[in-house]
Amino acid sequence: MKAAAFEYVRVASVEETCRVLAAADGVAEHKIIAGGQTLVPLMAMRLARPTLLIDINDVAELTGISRDGSHLVIRACTRQREAETDPLVAESAPLLAKALPFVGHRQTRNRGTVGGSIVHGDPSAEIALVALMLDAILRIQGPAGDTHRAIDGFFEAPMMTALAPDECLVDVRFPEWGGTGSVGTGFHEVASRAGDFAIVAAAAQVALDGDGVCRRAALGVGGVGPTPIRLAAAEEALVGTRLDDAAIDAAAALIDDAIEPDSDLHATEGYRRRVSGTLIQRAVRDAAAEASA
Amino acid sequence: MKRTNIELTVNGRSHDVSVPPRMTLVDCLRDELRLTGTHVGCEHGVCGACSVLMDGAPIRSCLMFAVQAEGHEVTTVEGLADEDGTLSTIQDSFWENHAMQCGYCTPGMLIAGQALLAENSDPSEADIREAISGNLCRCTGYQQIVEAIAEAARRRFGEPGE
Repeated sequence: MKAAAFEYVRVASVEETCRVLAAADGVAEHKIIAGGQTLVPLMAMRLARPTLLIDINDVAELTGISRDGSHLVIRACTRQREAETDPLVAESAPLLAKALPFVGHRQTRNRGTVGGSIVHGDPSAEIALVALMLDAILRIQGPAGDTHRAIDGFFEAPMMTALAPDECLVDVRFPEWGGTGSVGTGFHEVASRAGDFAIVAAAAQVALDGDGVCRRAALGVGGVGPTPIRLAAAEEALVGTRLDDAAIDAAAALIDDAIEPDSDLHATEGYRRRVSGTLIQRAVRDAAAEASA
Repeated sequence: MKRTNIELTVNGRSHDVSVPPRMTLVDCLRDELRLTGTHVGCEHGVCGACSVLMDGAPIRSCLMFAVQAEGHEVTTVEGLADEDGTLSTIQDSFWENHAMQCGYCTPGMLIAGQALLAENSDPSEADIREAISGNLCRCTGYQQIVEAIAEAARRRFGEPGE
């Protein structure tokens, strides 16, 4: 399958990107192309049919990983593979580092970008899940200027986000969990083969105090609803416990109400529910073991 | 259809080529540059048959438009062998281990293996399986491919611990 014809423009800065976006608004079906690892398949299958592609791969200010205060800053067009192998990511956002090897395959991670995965809003995307769980902040440039937005509410529906057509994601800021004790993370996924779309993905990040009591927990699942899902009730149930089996079982029992899995040719709704519970338990156990090690 | 002129380097040779924006890199390599060693499978990033190295890193050439390759260096399977056709170590290891049957996935497998050996001189079986996890083979059951890449590593870098 081949993509439908489109016009192509390569931009050199965020400012130029916004200018081209504004000029194209209402005139063309425009779309920014970064890594293209989600967009190009959609175009090949004619599920997306942009008439203008704006290529941001040469925008130097959109790549790189740094630290800004207590945030890890990953610029939008940074390759997933670069983030996967960056020591700063492993140190500041260990859950993201753990999730990245599950994102597609090495060939796609060499092109696919961290920001691109978030703005596409695929409900089974690992990076989107981790960003939601860690309360990432999205720096977005557009007609409203340079804005910082909370990720809560950003994911609206499958492949639909709150990013307006004339806006460009500049960077993603992952808050570090400083001062909350010893942090541990866990990430589990079931897919048809390694690197395929997650049938279910489950992630946990916990912080234990010196007595082994959980002071903070972030839990989330992907692939089991229209967006990645944060498991607030289960998080609350874990805080104050020692993350023993009873506490983990009790928390996992709460997630059934939070998820809305569908049945499709890959798995039934019932299978996705059972796997969600099992994987979230495994993720929490891994996180607890890591935090107390 | 409107075409754009681009310049890119393929297997060490510079090419000027005129492409419509919607032409994928793999179609440009095969149909414009006549480098038909790279295969086209699914055309939406699932099978890995079209894998090439771009600036040394393995990518899927069906998930990139040729216009985006301007100024970049691409290595296709044709670039692995010497100019006189002498097979590279990894190609010869595929030959020796019968690591192909129909041959459709082979160029992608060779590129994936080559990329692995460029950064890991002592890959475990798990490393090899991970490296080719994005490449589908429907004939071999993967076993000989894994063995061929392991043998290529031994031939290039010596036995572990040597």
